[in-house]
Amino acid sequence: MKSLILGTAALALSASVAFAASHSVVRLGTEGAYPPYNFINDAGEVDGFERVLGDELCKRAELTCEWVTNDWDSIIPNLVSGNYDAIIAGMSITPEREEVVAFTQNYTPPSPSSYVGATADVDIENGVIAAQTGTIQAAHIAQTGATLLEFPNPDEVVAAVVSGEADAGLADKDFLIPAVEESGGAMVFVGDDIPLGGGIGMAFRQSDPELRDKFDAAIQSMKDDGTLNTMIAEYLGEDSPAF
Amino acid sequence: MQWFACYLTTGKHMGFYVSFGTVLLLLAITAPTALAFGFAAAGAARSAVAPLRWIGKAYIAIVRGVPDIAFFLFFVIALDQAFEWMRHKVKCADWDQPIRQGNDFVVCAAAKLPLGNSPQWMHETYGFFLAVLTFSIVFGAFAGNVLFGAMRAVPHAQLETAAAYGMSRRQVFWRILVPQMWVFALPGLSNLWMVLIKATPLLFLLGVEDIVYWARELGGAKTPRFTDYPHGDWRMWYFLALLIFYLAFTRVSEVVLGRLMARLTHGQATTGGEAQRKAAT
Repeated sequence: MKSLILGTAALALSASVAFAASHSVVRLGTEGAYPPYNFINDAGEVDGFERVLGDELCKRAELTCEWVTNDWDSIIPNLVSGNYDAIIAGMSITPEREEVVAFTQNYTPPSPSSYVGATADVDIENGVIAAQTGTIQAAHIAQTGATLLEFPNPDEVVAAVVSGEADAGLADKDFLIPAVEESGGAMVFVGDDIPLGGGIGMAFRQSDPELRDKFDAAIQSMKDDGTLNTMIAEYLGEDSPAF
Repeated sequence: MQWFACYLTTGKHMGFYVSFGTVLLLLAITAPTALAFGFAAAGAARSAVAPLRWIGKAYIAIVRGVPDIAFFLFFVIALDQAFEWMRHKVKCADWDQPIRQGNDFVVCAAAKLPLGNSPQWMHETYGFFLAVLTFSIVFGAFAGNVLFGAMRAVPHAQLETAAAYGMSRRQVFWRILVPQMWVFALPGLSNLWMVLIKATPLLFLLGVEDIVYWARELGGAKTPRFTDYPHGDWRMWYFLALLIFYLAFTRVSEVVLGRLMARLTHGQATTGGEAQRKAAT
């Protein structure tokens, strides 16, 4: 009996040691192509809203974090296969994704998506609409009568609208605002904003609830003391919805 | 001018330049490895031992039949998981939780490859190693088919004569067949080499940041909010640079392969070898 208890204690101890060892460095996976959320800066490092947010969350959760970039297409398979420990890449919380990964609470409120086109009168109902593969926007266009034109990254969605390859593009408004402002009139917002998704959250393996809970608590603490709202206003713009 | 000098030496551009080295290194390691895989496969496919022959033929047929992109998307993750599973079985024999938990693949911390807390360069090296292995397996199958055909193209009379001189099967293979087959294999192998050069953009699917990834990343329109060096859509210029790089590289390859062909043809019982002999006299 005694050895059994000892054995259990040893197992529990080794399990917690194993947890500490496996998470002595938390690897954060991101896309690095979605300003202002995440992008590669001039120095070749990950930068943007999520970089600052992720570093702050790691500090609050007392974890050492490391940034990894991964193609959007294979970002979920590489998470569940264990190549990194979390996704923090402007990923909206949707029921489909929740079947595969575990999300924290959202760190941005549900934010609107917008259409952009060369002129304000393009046909967004039946025209050719560009969106990034595997996003909530692509799923939305597939449900409307429009023809969906998919691209592997958001830059190419914007490029397709500017070049006229697509009549319009659909993406997160926060991403499109700087693109439209800097386009010098080549692109304008079309129609009304549409609310899609349940806000952006971090994604974890479903078998990794301890780590998810740590980040969830850190996000909660940033919501409570208002630092998250300050950060959203600074990086996503004053008009972006806050908590 | 000043602007360009600064722009072209940002940390991001340094990553771009380093990726050229990555691609060249990948080719330098992959080509001989794939050739070795192909040689082993061709040898196995014409072996007298039935099971070995089946393995060789199955490898060549299956890998050639699977689309590259499917192979690169799924096989690498599967390969990574296979390594981790084997290490898991050895290092964590007393692990009592299932390895497959829903969609997740969970092995004990000691079995992770590379270890979860190792630095990023080790992860990158490991990714690079997986890429080399995957490329070698895919191109090895094609090379195996080329070599298999080349081995059959060697005139049968040569082999029979060797046997008549009392050489064993092994001696016939190494001394007569292998030296003569290269001249038949080279056109097919040089094709493969050209395809391999151009297949390197698949690297990004494997998480290795290659030249095409950087060209797309650097060339995309940049707004002043996120960079000190804003510019419009310059992808065309970056891809033009890549085009020149690839064309120059294939040109150099062609010259080298041409010389190699001339050397291999020397003294061979082929029309090329005959032409060389006549030109010399």
